[in-house]
Amino acid sequence: MKRYACCLLLLLLAACDGGLWNNPYPASDAVKSILYTAFTERPKHLDPAQAYSENEYEFLAQIYAPPLQYHYLKRPYELVPLAAEQMPAVRFLDQHHYPLPDDAPAGRIAYSVYEIHIKPNMRYQPHPAFVPENMHLAAGDLTPVYSLRDFSRTGTRVVTAADYAYQIKRLANPQLHQPIFGVMSEYIVGLKDYAAILQQAVQKEPDAFLDLNSYPLSGVQVVDDTTYRITIHGKYPQFAYWLAMPFFAPMPQEAERFYAQAGMRERNLTLDWWPVGSGPYYLSENDPNLRMVLSRNPYYDSETYPGEGEPGDGQAGLLADAGRLLPLIDKVVFSLEKETIPYWNKFLQGYYDSSGISSDSFDQAVQVSVSGEAAVTDAMKAQGITLSTSVATSTMYTGFNWLDPVVGGNSDRATRLRQAIAIAVDFEEFVSIFANGRGIPAQSPIPPGIFGYREGEAGINHYVYDWESGVPKRKSVEEAKRLLAEAGYPNGLDTQTGQPLVINLDTTATGVGSKSRLDWLRKQFDKINVQLVLRSTDYNRFQDKIRKGDTQMFYWGWNADYPDPENFLFLLHGAQAKVGKGGENASNYNNPEYDRLFEEMKNMENSPARQAIIDRMLEILRRDSPWLWGYHPKNYVLQHGWLHNVKSNIMANNKLKYWRVDAGQRDARRGEWNQPVRWPLWVSAAALLLFGVWMRRILRQREDAR
Amino acid sequence: MIAYLIRRVLYALPILIGVNLLTFALFFVVNTPDDMARMQLGIKRVTPEAIQNWKQQRGYDKPLMLNRAAGGTEKITDTIFWQKSAGMFVLDFGYSDDGRNISREITTRMGPSLAIALPTFMVGLVVYVSFALMMTLFRATALDFAGVALCVLLMSISGLFYIIGGQFLVSKLWHLVPISGYAGGADSFKFVVLPIMIGMAGGVGSSSRWYRTIFLDEIGKDYVRTARAKGLSELRVLFRHVLKNAMIPILTGVVVVIPLLFLGSLLTESFFGIPGLGSYTIDAINAQDFSVVRAMVFLGSLLYIIGLILTDISYTVVDPRVRLS
Repeated sequence: MKRYACCLLLLLLAACDGGLWNNPYPASDAVKSILYTAFTERPKHLDPAQAYSENEYEFLAQIYAPPLQYHYLKRPYELVPLAAEQMPAVRFLDQHHYPLPDDAPAGRIAYSVYEIHIKPNMRYQPHPAFVPENMHLAAGDLTPVYSLRDFSRTGTRVVTAADYAYQIKRLANPQLHQPIFGVMSEYIVGLKDYAAILQQAVQKEPDAFLDLNSYPLSGVQVVDDTTYRITIHGKYPQFAYWLAMPFFAPMPQEAERFYAQAGMRERNLTLDWWPVGSGPYYLSENDPNLRMVLSRNPYYDSETYPGEGEPGDGQAGLLADAGRLLPLIDKVVFSLEKETIPYWNKFLQGYYDSSGISSDSFDQAVQVSVSGEAAVTDAMKAQGITLSTSVATSTMYTGFNWLDPVVGGNSDRATRLRQAIAIAVDFEEFVSIFANGRGIPAQSPIPPGIFGYREGEAGINHYVYDWESGVPKRKSVEEAKRLLAEAGYPNGLDTQTGQPLVINLDTTATGVGSKSRLDWLRKQFDKINVQLVLRSTDYNRFQDKIRKGDTQMFYWGWNADYPDPENFLFLLHGAQAKVGKGGENASNYNNPEYDRLFEEMKNMENSPARQAIIDRMLEILRRDSPWLWGYHPKNYVLQHGWLHNVKSNIMANNKLKYWRVDAGQRDARRGEWNQPVRWPLWVSAAALLLFGVWMRRILRQREDAR
Repeated sequence: MIAYLIRRVLYALPILIGVNLLTFALFFVVNTPDDMARMQLGIKRVTPEAIQNWKQQRGYDKPLMLNRAAGGTEKITDTIFWQKSAGMFVLDFGYSDDGRNISREITTRMGPSLAIALPTFMVGLVVYVSFALMMTLFRATALDFAGVALCVLLMSISGLFYIIGGQFLVSKLWHLVPISGYAGGADSFKFVVLPIMIGMAGGVGSSSRWYRTIFLDEIGKDYVRTARAKGLSELRVLFRHVLKNAMIPILTGVVVVIPLLFLGSLLTESFFGIPGLGSYTIDAINAQDFSVVRAMVFLGSLLYIIGLILTDISYTVVDPRVRLS
């Protein structure tokens, strides 16, 4: 018994490692340059050819170094070189491969050639794939291996242009799912044929290692160790944005060969799980059920903190680290937090350096002034917590199905009906009630910060809003009723049948949590005496209905791939219709004039001429009203005072390298905020003891009485 | 007894096949392989070719249960059902639809689940039985009444309340343990102590009342009166005689759950950030990952059958009159 008590005591002592009792991290890490943050969902893919989700890019963008990136501080968003020595030089060729001038009309340009010079002497993270002896492992060699850390030796090598070319080839590998293959095969010369050749090779030898270097890809040429060229069909200025994504990061072929060895997959050692990059960090611990850790890539020495930004960045202290070698933090610890309550409380205790704000904790964290300005509450201010806000490059909308005989089509009747509904559904109220004000009611698909978005009166949707006293004011319900009557539904009754107008909205929102939102929506339609039927459906059926065009109205959203109006306006391009074409136009909207303008606009550089075309396109959209434009969400992020250089940047995912942590200050604050309160322990122990004594006494009395 | 055990194991086979069939049918009534592919591939820019490719790579391009195009045994074996099920009977669970080795995932997650579930179960059992014995000892007194009232009160409170309340008091207000997280080895103590206490507290009401009822049934029997007549103290009567004779109903409820402890607890693990098996099945259902769903359902059934067999064996240990034949 004594032995067990001693063991328990030792265990207790070991657990209380001299630090704060509620510290979830080792006390020895307290003053190290470590950023503590959380993730709520494990990433599915960490292979740069396969990953496409925000939660995957949160890791990948720190690990891989594509040729370009977004400037961290400047707005509007601007592409700058990352691994590239300078911005790629673009040459235009005609169909006979003769050079064309830079200002050649898009119609004449048959090919665009992007020549990219990468920085010399960039090196990969330490990895066992770069040790020759690890490339010929026998089955027994892997017996003690459960993680990459179990390999005794790691190596590195210089990044070459061939590695960038290899990754582009991987975008056509049939053994992988490459989400952008469809888009890229339309542009990169030869990629579609290349995929077909690889498919044949895989079918011939399904179990053999697919050596991509044995098959040339005509659209990608390696010029020398630091130069490569990508040839694309036509003119596609947005291609540069793709070059800032991990899809175009370098991939050493050794990595694929290393992971292809027998026994690796059984141990979950795959490229999809253990990335091999040349970025500022590498994944040193990967337990997505608990924790993922990024450590500084010791060979990353090619980048410094930017020296210029927006006006005001200097005063905000965002240029204090200008010229310093990146990254500024040694390690980033991501802990899995599925529930918001523990996440929030750990942030308040100082165990996370930054946090989003859930609806439950919004009032505790943020106060909104009369003028609508959001600021942290006094309690947060006292803790030194600050707030960063930014409008997401996203749009959350409710679409009308253009193929539906009631709400769809370009007839005057249907147009007025949609306009009436657009006025009745009050998104200002929606944002206020259901998003705590964290959103901007949309005037078109284009969110603020994207070229084509207009501020002020010029940017409002005149079919839904009036400009009054310097702000947009939603038109009255009477106006909506008038439009409804003109559409043939006076007071919500169909003039032909005398029946009430019933509209169906398909949604995947079910359960108690969504009820209030759905009730609110029903009330919006009640304002104009239109009956809304909510058809709750599971995600699979919902997707199926959208694909088949079997809806009237539906909820949907879009998160931009890159900050260009083309990436929003294509969502309403006729050629992108879901039905029959399998595109991204879920409304199946079709307007030949809009489509013509889109084709003209998409290849243009940002200019007044492009803005004029976009204005015309938006006017068509507002008139036709194929969507209730919904709202653009606003991101609110809180950070502690010891975290520096934080500036909202929706497009750049690789921002952790710019952040800096004052670990000493953090440790001091944690100490102040988390001293253990011991009296409950003593009270509990005393209560137990007293209860035991009392019981014993009563028992003795009872025995005596017998 | 050996013959009995062999018979039970053989009975288990059709049960497992039936469970497997049912899981398969239910899953594919709700989800098609195309739905699964779309779920895995995401919403944006998913082409029909990508869906077909995904299905082909994971074997979901085959017929569900009967391959009419194939000949001989391949009519059965070249199907999704066979390909995904046969290996499980030799505990080869294969790979999840996102490419992870399921057996490895289960073995990795089992440890943290057990680190919570096993102490909760063992300490809880001692506490519940002790509390029930105390109420039995003071039966028909104010203390017994207070105990039963407390049990009813504790039973009426949602498990989620214990978790959130416990985190608020112990971690947020008193700063005694971390709110959530996990570490291996000795460091795990500070992470598991609160979930264990909460897990235990959550079961006090129902379990103690149940055990109290069992003990009260026993305490009125003749052998207890005889023991008292021999001059044994009340405590001795309870612990040496009543407890021993009440073991059969207790074991019926207790032993069967022991193997299931491996599967963890969804709520506790989710709120305390324990990297266990608790959420594995739910996450897989949400992600429409059939490979994981069928593996976890199979494992759950297998463990339940093992639990039932262990229960039968335990009867022979506590009651010499019971013979397995």
